[in-house]
Amino acid sequence: MTLYAATFYLLGIVILTATGLAVTRRQPIHAVLYLIVAFLGTAALFFLLGAPLLAAFTVIIYAGAIMIVVLFIIMLFQESPRKIGMRSEWGPGLLLGVVFLAVAVATIFKDPGSRIVLQGAVAQPRDFGRFLFDRYWLAVEIVSVLLLVALVAILHLGKRRDTEETEKGPSPHLSPPGGEGRDEEVGYHKEGH
Amino acid sequence: MIVPLGHIFLLAGIIFSMGLVCLVAHRNLIMTLIGVEVMMNAAAIAFIAAALRWKLMEGQAFVLFILAVSAAEISLGLALVVSVYRRTGSIDPDRYDILKW
Repeated sequence: MTLYAATFYLLGIVILTATGLAVTRRQPIHAVLYLIVAFLGTAALFFLLGAPLLAAFTVIIYAGAIMIVVLFIIMLFQESPRKIGMRSEWGPGLLLGVVFLAVAVATIFKDPGSRIVLQGAVAQPRDFGRFLFDRYWLAVEIVSVLLLVALVAILHLGKRRDTEETEKGPSPHLSPPGGEGRDEEVGYHKEGH
Repeated sequence: MIVPLGHIFLLAGIIFSMGLVCLVAHRNLIMTLIGVEVMMNAAAIAFIAAALRWKLMEGQAFVLFILAVSAAEISLGLALVVSVYRRTGSIDPDRYDILKW
């Protein structure tokens, strides 16, 4: 067993342990913290498998940005974190996961190509960038449009409307969109009757 | 010389099924989103392994797009969770019965 193989299995154990701990936590904060460990291990695995640029992106985007956003959102909820963690149903989920895993293992090891031992190779960041912008520049542009669309959608969703009267009764958000004045007008008519 | 291809795929498969269990089992929208993230992570590992096996950089390009899509997905999903939490005061999907008569 070479040093590379030993590193791979060690990283695999770390990733599997951290992910397994993350998906079984009841508190989302604990899950996110374990998942950061799992993503850092994944970044090291990417580096081992010859993708240094993607390893850096995984550290920056997955472990650095996405998980921290999830952490902030969890802190935004005003309930105590203990109430956010709620009941779970493990039975059907575990059954589904085991069946999926059995099918996946059977598929993987039925294929004789899965016994091929990989040879190490590294895609240098410069070559990868050139390749990406030579052949897939259109996909890169589409992805940038996708991120822009997501940004617009988030700004629209995050607009704070009147949040108080959503406890009971029909929500005013269900009325056809017509701006503030129209909502007041509807409310006025209701009071008049 | 690193490892057989099947072992990397096995690792990706185990992580993917963990994400699937997390997605299905938890009654908590944030844990659901975390499960989707875990599944995308497993898909990225499989793509990187395939890119190394066939010495093609398309697999790595796909992983870059997976990163971008998962960033868009998690941010939009969290915005939806916050929006629905403001309306109903809960992140349990069972409580979302406003439309039910």
